[in-house]
Amino acid sequence: MADPRGFLKHGRESTSYRSASERVDDWKLVQEHFPPEKSHEQASRCMDCGIPFCNNGCPLGNIIPDFNDLVYRDKWEDALARLHSTNNFPEFTGLVCPAPCEQACVLGINQDPVSIKQIEWEIVRRGWDEGWITPRRPGRRTGRSVAVVGSGPAGLSAAQQLNRAGHTVTLFEKSDRIGGLLRYGIPDFKLEKWVIDRRLDQLREEGVSFQTGVNVGVDLSAADLRRSFDAVLLCTGSEHPRDLEVPGRELEGVHFAMDFLPQQNRRVAGDEVPGEGAILAADRDVVILGGGDTGSDCIGTSNRQGARSVTSIELLPRPPEGRHASEPWPLSKKYYFNVSSSHAEGGKRDYAMMTTKLTGEGGRVTQLHGVHVEFERDRLERPLMNTMREVPGSEFSIPATLVLLAMGFVHPVHEGLVEGLGVDLDPRGNVSADTRRFATSEPGVFAAGDCRRGQSLVVWAQWEGREAARQVDVYLQGKSRLQSRTAA
Amino acid sequence: MKTPLRLSPDLKQGLYDPAHEHDACGVGFVANVSGQKSHEVVSKGIQVLINLEHRGACGCDPETGDGAGLLVQIPDLFFRRELGAQGVELPKPGAYAAGMIFLDDDPAVAARQAEILEKVATDEGQRVLAWRDVPCDPDSIGWLARESMPRVRQLFLGADGPEASDPDAFERKLYVIRRLAEKQVAQLGSRSFFYVTSLSSRTIVYTGMLISRQIRGFFPDVRDPDFQSALCLVHSRYSTNTLGQWDLAHPFRYLAHNGEINTVEGNQNWMRAREGTMASPLFGDDLAKLYPILRDGASDSARFDNALEFLVLSGRELPEAALMMIPEAWENRDDMDPDLKAFYEYNSFLMEPWDGPASLAFTDGRIIGAVLDRNGLRPSRYVVTKDGFVVMASEVGVADIAPENVLVKERLHPGKIFAIDLEGGRIMGDEEIKRRYVERRPYREWVENNRLILSALPAGEAPSDETDPEQRFTLQQAFGYTLEDQKVLLAPMAVQGKWPIGSMGEDAALACLSDKPQMLYRYFKQRFAQVSNPAMDSINERPVMALYSTLGSEGNLLEEKESHARMIRVEHPVIRDAELAALERLDEPGFQSRKLPCLFKVADGGAGLRAALDALCAEAEAAVRAGVNVLILSDRGVTPDLAPIPMLLATGAVHHHLIRETLRTRCGIVCETGEAREVAHMALLIGYGAAAINPYLAFQSLAELVEEGTFTPEDLDAETAIANYIKASDKGLLKTFAKMGISTLQSYRGAQIFEAIGLDRDLVARCFTGTASRVSGVGYDVIATEAAMRHARAFPGDDFQYPELEAGGLYQWRARGERHTFNPDTVSKLQIALQRGSYEDYKEFSAAADGAAETACTLRGLFRFKEGEQPAVPLEEVEPATDLVRRFCTGAMSYGSISLEAHQTLAIAMNRLGGKSNTGEGGEDPDRFTPEPNGDLRRSAIKQVASGRFGVTSWYLVNSDEMQIKVAQGAKPGEGGELPGHKVDDTIAKVRHSTPGVGLISPPPHHDIYSIEDLAQLIYDLKNANRYAKVSVKLVSVTGVGTIAAGVSKGKADGVLISGMDGGTGASPQASIKYAGMPWEIGLAETQQTLVLNDLRGRIKVQTDGGLKTGRDVVIAALLGADEFGFSTAPLVAMGCILMRVCHLNTCPVGIATQDPELRERFAGTPDSVVQYLLWVAEEARELMARLGFRSVNEMIGHVEVLDVGVAESHWKQRGLDFSELFHRPEVPHALHQCESQGLADELEKVLDQKLLRMAAPAIERRERVEVELPVMNTDRTVGTILGSEVSLKYGEAGLPEDTITIRLRGSAGQSLGAFCTHGLTFEVEGDTNDYAGKGLCGAKIIVRVPPGSTFDASENIIGGNVLLYGATGGEAYFQGLVGERFCVRNSGADAVVEGVGDHGCEYMTGGHAVILGPTGRNFAAGMSGGIAYVLDEDGVFASRVNPETVDLDPLDDADLERLQRMVRRHFQYTRSERADDILRKWDAFAPKFVKVFPKDYKRAEQDRIAAESGNG
Repeated sequence: MADPRGFLKHGRESTSYRSASERVDDWKLVQEHFPPEKSHEQASRCMDCGIPFCNNGCPLGNIIPDFNDLVYRDKWEDALARLHSTNNFPEFTGLVCPAPCEQACVLGINQDPVSIKQIEWEIVRRGWDEGWITPRRPGRRTGRSVAVVGSGPAGLSAAQQLNRAGHTVTLFEKSDRIGGLLRYGIPDFKLEKWVIDRRLDQLREEGVSFQTGVNVGVDLSAADLRRSFDAVLLCTGSEHPRDLEVPGRELEGVHFAMDFLPQQNRRVAGDEVPGEGAILAADRDVVILGGGDTGSDCIGTSNRQGARSVTSIELLPRPPEGRHASEPWPLSKKYYFNVSSSHAEGGKRDYAMMTTKLTGEGGRVTQLHGVHVEFERDRLERPLMNTMREVPGSEFSIPATLVLLAMGFVHPVHEGLVEGLGVDLDPRGNVSADTRRFATSEPGVFAAGDCRRGQSLVVWAQWEGREAARQVDVYLQGKSRLQSRTAA
Repeated sequence: MKTPLRLSPDLKQGLYDPAHEHDACGVGFVANVSGQKSHEVVSKGIQVLINLEHRGACGCDPETGDGAGLLVQIPDLFFRRELGAQGVELPKPGAYAAGMIFLDDDPAVAARQAEILEKVATDEGQRVLAWRDVPCDPDSIGWLARESMPRVRQLFLGADGPEASDPDAFERKLYVIRRLAEKQVAQLGSRSFFYVTSLSSRTIVYTGMLISRQIRGFFPDVRDPDFQSALCLVHSRYSTNTLGQWDLAHPFRYLAHNGEINTVEGNQNWMRAREGTMASPLFGDDLAKLYPILRDGASDSARFDNALEFLVLSGRELPEAALMMIPEAWENRDDMDPDLKAFYEYNSFLMEPWDGPASLAFTDGRIIGAVLDRNGLRPSRYVVTKDGFVVMASEVGVADIAPENVLVKERLHPGKIFAIDLEGGRIMGDEEIKRRYVERRPYREWVENNRLILSALPAGEAPSDETDPEQRFTLQQAFGYTLEDQKVLLAPMAVQGKWPIGSMGEDAALACLSDKPQMLYRYFKQRFAQVSNPAMDSINERPVMALYSTLGSEGNLLEEKESHARMIRVEHPVIRDAELAALERLDEPGFQSRKLPCLFKVADGGAGLRAALDALCAEAEAAVRAGVNVLILSDRGVTPDLAPIPMLLATGAVHHHLIRETLRTRCGIVCETGEAREVAHMALLIGYGAAAINPYLAFQSLAELVEEGTFTPEDLDAETAIANYIKASDKGLLKTFAKMGISTLQSYRGAQIFEAIGLDRDLVARCFTGTASRVSGVGYDVIATEAAMRHARAFPGDDFQYPELEAGGLYQWRARGERHTFNPDTVSKLQIALQRGSYEDYKEFSAAADGAAETACTLRGLFRFKEGEQPAVPLEEVEPATDLVRRFCTGAMSYGSISLEAHQTLAIAMNRLGGKSNTGEGGEDPDRFTPEPNGDLRRSAIKQVASGRFGVTSWYLVNSDEMQIKVAQGAKPGEGGELPGHKVDDTIAKVRHSTPGVGLISPPPHHDIYSIEDLAQLIYDLKNANRYAKVSVKLVSVTGVGTIAAGVSKGKADGVLISGMDGGTGASPQASIKYAGMPWEIGLAETQQTLVLNDLRGRIKVQTDGGLKTGRDVVIAALLGADEFGFSTAPLVAMGCILMRVCHLNTCPVGIATQDPELRERFAGTPDSVVQYLLWVAEEARELMARLGFRSVNEMIGHVEVLDVGVAESHWKQRGLDFSELFHRPEVPHALHQCESQGLADELEKVLDQKLLRMAAPAIERRERVEVELPVMNTDRTVGTILGSEVSLKYGEAGLPEDTITIRLRGSAGQSLGAFCTHGLTFEVEGDTNDYAGKGLCGAKIIVRVPPGSTFDASENIIGGNVLLYGATGGEAYFQGLVGERFCVRNSGADAVVEGVGDHGCEYMTGGHAVILGPTGRNFAAGMSGGIAYVLDEDGVFASRVNPETVDLDPLDDADLERLQRMVRRHFQYTRSERADDILRKWDAFAPKFVKVFPKDYKRAEQDRIAAESGNG
């Protein structure tokens, strides 16, 4: 904190986006970047707190005050090193993280928080531009092998860490490209895929072996997997979507978001998406069920595809703007009216509505019928799910020619690998493993990421990957030199 | 029956250790210069003793004193008569010795003891002449003294053999006899009591556990007209214990001491070590019989006496020996005679100073004299009469001397000595005495021809191999460097040459609880001065401090030879690589150096570490035996297999091994270490024996820092960075020494001013012998593991490399860093609970704050309750939370350090609860003394009185319920507070009586508390200043705090606060935050145990604070002994504090610790949230009390047996922790375990002020003018203060019109004349005054003039004592004569005229005017930032006596001259001063000789003000 009064001199400059009218016509990144002077100025707002709540608010434990200070002092390469010391892929979090760090920022008590996420992105962007990010190959191989199954943020973090510990790492991906949810779940306008590709080059050069198109548990049996590797780390994500159980669900034009979004990413990547299976929003009245990040991605994608109308419907009442009393500083905000870049691009958002049925013509959905609902509140004024009741006489119906289900994911897919390995599940259907050891019920088999904790953020997945890598290392070598949030 | 009350050192129990006791006192003597013996001298001496009674103390039994006694020449006439009556004829005077012997009260044991004495005497060739039972009257003393009274007998020995013809040899033989007898009796069993008070052919000591006035009654001998002496040395003792200790009463055999030797542990170690090199032609083979020279476990004064006696009997003259042990400050004196300087330097090669406050009166029966320490921290006044007597005492006025009989009235100056040669019948002054010794040998030649200076040695070539960044990184890892070390520690030192500052105290996990590998240094805490001795002021009193040390072999202490001067002088302890290289390649006759590697095989763990230490000690021993005298302990050479032995461990082990082998003084130890980097590390290495330290890795890291330039400016080069770093280390070390009241590195070295927390006792016994380690635990294995953990990061193997250093997290919280009690979780949970107003949420906070044993940061984190010890009680039967909160206080946080909003919010909240908030040391705006319309009261119930005395006026004090003397604060015990100029706005300046924009510093000590009797005096002053409020004393937890608390209780305070090391807002050096003070758990437990053992607990309330947060904390504190509970940080958190730790930067973003108006607007705290939080804490405490079966706090206090430890057995460090001493419950019949009644018999009923109140009633009732005339004596203390407080109560801040009440006093006024007196009072003293006159003066007028009939020249004689007008905020004072040290210290508004002052005049002054019409001592105007002094500089030397740091010396302008003349005229008008008269008559000649001392900051502020005014006009 070279400038102790920086926060009194400058206001917050948030991340800026390209104008909505311009950006909805392409699939490029919506997020713009700061010129260096602005990074310098914004970094000077950091107060280098005695208790940096941001550092705690960040699941990875990014040492935010340090890198802010280094940016302020124009020590970008050092800032990058500090950032990389806790975060394998700052470019992912720098683009897609909801930044719980900023919500915990002490300035947020009575001012706007430091623009941490943008600074993070600037640091890593500069690192790539300057060629500072190079492969870090391990000095010696341990002779032990690890299979990491699933190449999303958890799998990638773990693979890089384990490889750096000297293990021979094979990263399995059932899809045709590495990246998992980053690749196919997040639209390009939020995360362009070259951002992933250049990082994959680094991993590849460091020695991580990629096996794409291998659905472990199906293409390669669980038993073979265990035989071939000294340890197995499951990072398969939470891919079993929550379904809508109403009449008309079977109609054509009703799709899971995760069937819809990847197709667009493929198109942007230049792949051909066969016409018969294609799901497109163009000229459709799109209704999106679910008001989370996936729903928002569906809005952005639908708008870009040229939807006639876009409506998103949320079961819960509209959350308050700003902080709700139930989530005071420094807690990360979950129950608040979030306006993402996609929301700003158009569409309608409705709340406290429950879908009761879908109707259609010719087997294809045309109308969504629902009813308004209301909830009792808990002591902190949050709606209580189990008190939901319909509001008499509030039935409605709206046109819906494409219905996208973005209501979240229940647990990992059990068929195939999870069943094949015979690992225990927790009551929610996730792979059972604690965060001390990340070990499943099967010796040598570990689990990390959404398949263990349930659906969550990219930043949490990266955390899981790093922590689990350390535990796998301990399992293989009796100790570990890998850093993680909980250990040196 | 053996009394259970008598404690000897082996009766140490729990945390109580008699070794920690302190004493201080009144001392004095009367002598007839001509050597003529008379009974008059004795009776005058007794009169002096009685008039010093208030400087002594008594304990739980008001009739039992701490000790009083006298030393006289052998009263030959009397003994001859008495022995004659027994049929024994004594040989001629000088040919026999009389011994005063305390024998055990068991007759059989006593007989055995006597037998031993006789046998030893006979064996040593002397004749036993007789025993005499000394008549004693037990009825004249207190029951406690009576219970422990020994059998008092006198032994008479006749000189025989060679001793018969040589009186000196006889004295030496008597000494040998005593030592042998002491040692042989000790073998009888430690419980038997035996003490030879004196055994000499020249002097005898009558002393005991008496109150001064009892001596005549108890020892009828001293009343006998035949009991005659030409000298009488007396002493009245004030000790911190009450247990029967007849052997600790002074005078000792050669001295009476008022003061405290801070370095005594080190002195003892060195003395012990010297035994190996000593040889004495005088003692010959008898020398070995004397060992050990110093009596183990005896008081510092007693050990001082032992050493002095030894030096004298070995052939040195008494004054010379005293000068050797207490040298004046010579190191930085360019104006000192070079021969004298050489004398001191030469002696410093033989013996380190015995450092500490000391007014020492000494005699061997032929010479009597006195010496004062270099700082002049004790008062010593003397009068020489025309009829040939000298009366010296701590106070003036102790003996009746007619004014016309006075020849000279003087005081002893700092570092000065004077003596009376009774045989020669003359007085010898300082210069004469020193010259006598200086001229005896060619010291200057010896020193110049032999002594080398390190920096001047041919430079060696510094190793350059490790500048390679990769290797540097490896080393940084191996030595545990973190990113924080670079940014927080090294960078500020490198850039600014200053020590790093932090705030909000320490809340990180204790080293013994941390999961992280800890540097061994972190297990240690610095001890510091509080109450029994003052902290030094290393910045503003720099001239008395010294940093140099020596390397080489000390010679035989008992002879003086040229070769003793063959030493290397090291100017700064932190030495550069080239200097180390020079030592390595040392090629000078008389020196031989050797480097010893300090490494161990990391794979071998604790056993390997131990083996390496054994080998190291053996090598060191062999080297020294082979003549090596510069040992370089080096941790260079770390490899993948070898880890460094922690340098502190290596140093301590070698140091103590060599002491045990009595080889230690033959060599110097130098540490070449990659480990040491911060000031605390250096201090520890020096404290355990190192003379110099080469922190090579710190230097390399500095170079790296500069190279990288992240935290350093571009124009900084490595060389400057290193120079700055050394400068910062030097300053920091001086400050560290100063905290303990130690002035020189020489005496700090090896003084072990530390204690350990959680280190294994056996390890401590070996490597840090004598260091307290209250909680035993971590040993070699864990230390080796910690080294291995660091080593593993340095050498991870497989070409793996850690990308960067560990983040750290000690100074700021870090994920993956060190644990803190205030962390994101606890802070946010508390704030969230308050926002939600939910007790349920509060419970989440308290669960997080209490934590689990595995994650404990504090000792109490490991405690468990033994539920079911007694049946649980229903919750509703437990006293209500609303009662409990009345015991809650908020901590002292000054208005200034925190914002007005925050300060008032706390006050309102505590007033609503019926608890107490605390002003802190910044005063309080009188505007807050009136209640709000809604009933809220914004004033703080506790008014703090700290060393700065900011805003401490009569009106402030009368508006308090409790007055708290802040002796120390947790974040920086031993240091003063500091308010940077940018925080001093108009309002704060007004409240603090200072200038806006000018920074304010509080002196490290209270300048009116240099000792425990001084504290008692301040307590007394405050009780006079507000009779309706309580007085409490704030101490910081440290080993020995219990005994200080006992002293506080005996000083009649109503309460004592034991503050933990954790606390503290505001700015503090990081080294102090991290390394000074102890957890409150230890200090509180020790306090409880000590107070109970001394049966003092019942009369004093005990409060504790330091990170208290939850109901559990409250219950634990009560069980350990607290009546009241202080909270500071947690209420701040309740008001929105998020521990930014930038209080010192004024940028607090939540408006708490800032004065920035913009930020203050952000303050969002409310009284409601503080009230709510504390009620929850109380509620939670109730729930626990119910479970434990306590219905009230009173029932619970002191019941430690309910506590247990839940040490996490699985934890690699916690496993071995042992808390048994902490949980000890002393069982003393009838002694109370909690406070039952405060305020003892009200001594204020009998004071002079009661008379004044009656006589001044018309003035108080009706504003009528009143004049009063009374005689006064030194025992009339704090005269006028009660009267003044009544005026304030009735007339508020404004008081009465000038001269409404005039009080004329004749005689010597006691201490604190007119303290805190307000407008309308005028004191006219004809005579003189003692210390502290005009303390806190806030409007009254004090005039002191010589009595009619005096013939001496007033302007050359002393009329007032030390520390006059301390903290005055207004009023006037006129002294017709000279006054002592620290005149006008911290004056912020009074106008004073005086005819000469001692050292440190006008120190820290911030306002008012001082006119000095005569000589000034040294260091004038140190730290002065406001006000003006006009000094008459007749001989043009004044400039050399000024500390120019903060002031300019300017000519006087017309306005100045006018003011000066007006003040001098008033001086003349009030005192009829001849001096003033002369000046006024020859005004034109004198006026140009005045110098205006104008503080720079004040001048700047004045100029700004004038500019602003003319701009506006």
